[in-house]
Amino acid sequence: MDIISNLWLGLQTAASATNLLYCLIGVFLGTAIGVLPGLGPVATIAMLLPVTFGLPPISALIMLAGIYYGAQYGGSTTAILVNLPGESSSVVTALDGYQMARQGQAGKALATAAIASFFAGTVCTLLIALFSPPLAEVALSFGPAEYFSLMVLGLVASIVLAHGSLLHALGMIIFGLLLGLIGTDVNSGVARFSFNLPELADGINFVVVAMGVFGLGEIIGNLEHEASRSVTLKKVTGLMPSKEDWKRIVGPILRGTGLGAVLGILPGGGAMLASFSAYALEKKVAKPTVPFGKGAIEGVAAPEAANNAGAQTSFIPMLTLGIPSNPVMALMIGAMIIQGIQPGPSVMTEQPALFWGLIVSMWIGNLMLLVLNLPLIGLWVKMISIPYHLLYPAIIVFCAIGVFSLSNTEMDVYFMTAFGLLGYIFRKIDAEPAPMLLGFILGPMMEEFLRRALLLSKGSPLVLVTRPISATMLALSMLALIAVLTPALQKKREEAFHEQE
Amino acid sequence: MGSGDSGNRPEAGMMSNVVAKRTGIAALIRGPKDFWTGVIYLLFGGIAFWIAQDYGFGTASRMGPGYFPSVLSALLVLIGLISLVRSFIVPGEPLGKFALKAGVLIILSTVLFGFLINRAGLVIALLALVLVSAAASEKFRFEWKAVLGLIVLIAFCALVFVIGLGVPMPLIGTWFGE
Repeated sequence: MDIISNLWLGLQTAASATNLLYCLIGVFLGTAIGVLPGLGPVATIAMLLPVTFGLPPISALIMLAGIYYGAQYGGSTTAILVNLPGESSSVVTALDGYQMARQGQAGKALATAAIASFFAGTVCTLLIALFSPPLAEVALSFGPAEYFSLMVLGLVASIVLAHGSLLHALGMIIFGLLLGLIGTDVNSGVARFSFNLPELADGINFVVVAMGVFGLGEIIGNLEHEASRSVTLKKVTGLMPSKEDWKRIVGPILRGTGLGAVLGILPGGGAMLASFSAYALEKKVAKPTVPFGKGAIEGVAAPEAANNAGAQTSFIPMLTLGIPSNPVMALMIGAMIIQGIQPGPSVMTEQPALFWGLIVSMWIGNLMLLVLNLPLIGLWVKMISIPYHLLYPAIIVFCAIGVFSLSNTEMDVYFMTAFGLLGYIFRKIDAEPAPMLLGFILGPMMEEFLRRALLLSKGSPLVLVTRPISATMLALSMLALIAVLTPALQKKREEAFHEQE
Repeated sequence: MGSGDSGNRPEAGMMSNVVAKRTGIAALIRGPKDFWTGVIYLLFGGIAFWIAQDYGFGTASRMGPGYFPSVLSALLVLIGLISLVRSFIVPGEPLGKFALKAGVLIILSTVLFGFLINRAGLVIALLALVLVSAAASEKFRFEWKAVLGLIVLIAFCALVFVIGLGVPMPLIGTWFGE
């Protein structure tokens, strides 16, 4: 069997002492920073990205993946213990998790989250191993027209899933695409929008944008109304779920994993949509006696399984097509490019050790989370209890140093500042920054693919609709846009986001 | 996420009173968030479109460097216009209070860091960054614990980033000799 020899190759790579160590460091750092309220996975990864620059590519990617799961899990911990979800995907976990914690069942809630995440992680690692090779094979036959349409689909999906006004989400994407074009045009060598600044000749580094918008902007937003929060919980006890609990969580975990795995693959989907839909599904299928919103263990198990499953399967489009389905994957792609790897279907055939090593390390990372986190709960509780007014200056310090170290220029720090201000303003006018970051990463790629597609077709845009795969993807994008614009669905979407908040 | 909206609720009534008292255009704006988003899109889109005209547009089969930016910025202008028009028709929530002091101090702190890092060195740049940014909080006051934390943080950064990871940041900058 191919898959077994592939996984074996991956195991050999991932289980080397150095890579195990980097996986461990990644998971640990990711959790440590992820538990800090107000820091989601995007900000966490952006902040820690510079640390991985000196590593060999495989170790760097393994560590980043570890940081991602760690940050996810850390966010859930915060959601359960203090009702302050660090990221949107654990918002739903907070609903029942925090109630459980208030009823003295914090340990059980945390253990449930860990077990659900681990199960989902294991299943989805297998899914990635099974589905990536055939998908990559399909992707190898993609021409520029298909890639362009695929990116359109991805961007449209991110509009549909964004909070707030559709018009503003669309605007943010185009704004992001434009920002992505800053720098030297590969074809003509013209420096576009560079205002004669040499620092802009290579474009703006996406880490600068991510840290500004998701780091600084978020901090200014948080300072708007400083709520004092208290962690009443000092000790977490009673970790293991009882036999009765196990019976209650098996179904939700299975359903959550399935739902999350499917939604994670969708462009623009990923962890947030997965956890929200899983919670909604459980509410529908559960017996009316289940006290959702009042500390139901099902309400922790399902979304936690789903968000981890979604986080995991969102690697599939990234690894096989080289297309990010969410901002975290956009950061991963950026990291790969920095390491000199061009993400796409050829990674699997050209660098099998890296590809399979990364996949196996995902499972190892999940295992480490399960083993590490429960005993370390005490430490995480301490981290959460650090008051925000002492915490955020330190976060800014790490952002500033991280951005400076990208190319050792103070200009990047100024750019980050500008994006921080912009990020705060966007937050105030309800324009969500996530689609902007996706557009930013995809901008140059889209231009290049469109250029090639039109060159091959001698300028006829019909090429986008005469090739079947490309046409299908454009049709799907149109359908998604139309669907979301119909009043009935629009109302449903608003309700969905409301419920989530 | 959600906390941003709920925190502003109490002011909502007050704000709309203020809006109602205004005269001229401001009184006609029913959706301030739409209005300002529209202004931002128009501004950025317009400038980008104007600049992009300097780059060769080319033809569809041979797209010049100006082709894609022109199309995108035109779209952005269009979206900005729709948003502006909508702001006069569809009522929306008020903007809410801006965290002016916090915003200015945070921005100042990172700009100071950028300015000082090579000139005064890491130690002073960090000192400025932390003190200025910390002052943005209402809970900011000097206490020995915080000062101790500051010293530990600076020592940690110097050790890990400069000595450990070898980031080329001077500990002592060009202002002080060398």
